Amino acid sequence: MVKMLRDTVRKLFDEKKVDMVIGWGEGTLPLSATPVFIENADEADTLIWDERCSNNLAVYLTKDKRHLVKSGKKIGIVVKGCDSRSLVLYAVENQIKRENLVVIGVTCDGVIDIKKVMKRTEGKEVLDLRIGDKDITVGGRGFETVVAKKEIISDFCLHCAHPDAPVHDLFIGQPRPANEKADVYKIVDDFEKLSADERWNSMVESYSKCVRCYACRNVCPSCYCNECFVDQNDPQWIGKSPEITDTLIFHMGRNMHVAGRCVECGACERACPADIDLLLLNKKIAKEISERFNYEAGLDIDEKPALASYCENEKQDFIMG
Amino acid sequence: MSEFQPKILAILCNWCSYAGADLAGVSRIQYPPNIRVVRIPCSGRVDPLFIMKSLQSGFDGVLVSGCHPGDCHYLSGNYNARRKFAVLKPMLEYVGIEPERIQFSWVSAGEGERFAQVVSKVTEDLKRVGPAKRLVKGVA
Ligand code: SF4
Ligand code: SF4
Ligand code: FES
Repeated sequence: MVKMLRDTVRKLFDEKKVDMVIGWGEGTLPLSATPVFIENADEADTLIWDERCSNNLAVYLTKDKRHLVKSGKKIGIVVKGCDSRSLVLYAVENQIKRENLVVIGVTCDGVIDIKKVMKRTEGKEVLDLRIGDKDITVGGRGFETVVAKKEIISDFCLHCAHPDAPVHDLFIGQPRPANEKADVYKIVDDFEKLSADERWNSMVESYSKCVRCYACRNVCPSCYCNECFVDQNDPQWIGKSPEITDTLIFHMGRNMHVAGRCVECGACERACPADIDLLLLNKKIAKEISERFNYEAGLDIDEKPALASYCENEKQDFIMG
Repeated sequence: MSEFQPKILAILCNWCSYAGADLAGVSRIQYPPNIRVVRIPCSGRVDPLFIMKSLQSGFDGVLVSGCHPGDCHYLSGNYNARRKFAVLKPMLEYVGIEPERIQFSWVSAGEGERFAQVVSKVTEDLKRVGPAKRLVKGVA
């Protein structure tokens, strides 16, 4: 798999089809992969692909590498299903030209959530890692543990319906169709069964942990405004301190901004140092949008995001009669 | 003890609901004095943050009212607004805010009577659910 990936990328450079390829390479710690920006065929050997490659690399096209996109450079990018949905979103929102991208899909069975691994090792540093078929062996000073992959896979991946890039130019391996059986909104259904008091208390408890570092926003491929509403001072929408109502309004505001645009990559949740269950709110909105407007972000390059379009005669049961 | 009087922010589209409120006034139709009106150019101008910030700053409820579908002066402002509200309202309920606190309606410039009914309905709803506690700064 990795060899195929490297060969494919080398070939792209040899045939002068790309100026840069964005992919994942070995990180400085055994558990994490790091983004690599490859500029010639020789560097193709730094590429890796496995369960550690959690970053949604699409984010670079609207942030750090935006200048390359703007100057019309040809960029290759290695993508999981969710990452490819970001690219579709960017094309729909006129952030990239589809023809300037070479989208290289890889088969994904979910990525590791490091925080889940750390819970298993009780916070002990992981110095050694072996990835097997069904499980992962982690070791460190005086310990070695085998954990089943499904126990340390990111929550978002557990219920992912589109693991293999629905839109791609090249694919390493064989892309599988969408997983129709994925129970995508289960956690939302469960949460909805709680009483209003329980829901509110649980939200307050969870979001009280937020330190307002904005890591969730910074890694989010769908958050690419030049100036975010939380940073605005005039008017100041959100108080700067981690006060609970401000924090909740920040998160609900952010969720409204990514409503119908969130590709459910889970980057926000994995980035959160406070281990907040960010999935719960994201998925609620995705569920509403899918049920009401039959729309999922980043699947169709010819379809506008749900909140940027409308039908005249759609259901308006939430409006007073 | 005197009855609880909810404070309600009414965000009204200039072209229809605001004029509807005006008509209710000049026709001397009685309705509860619980609303504070903010006039906006179109319901499409309503940012979800307006609604959340109103609740945060102590309003017991927010009513947004615009032109009927098909009658928006900017053609599609209310359709776009409707999509936003279709997501915002369930999201706020989901986190535990009472549904009565966020209400939407369509009221035209000629519907003074209807405007009064809408305000009465929202006021009654909010009297029933009582003062806002959730999402209010300094309270929750
Ligand atoms: S909100 Fe989170 S899950 Fe959705 S696109 Fe952004 S980072 Fe990914
Ligand atoms: S990453 Fe976590 S702690 Fe940081 S702002 Fe987002 S939710 Fe809050
Ligand atoms: S002008 Fe009234 S809703 Fe757009």
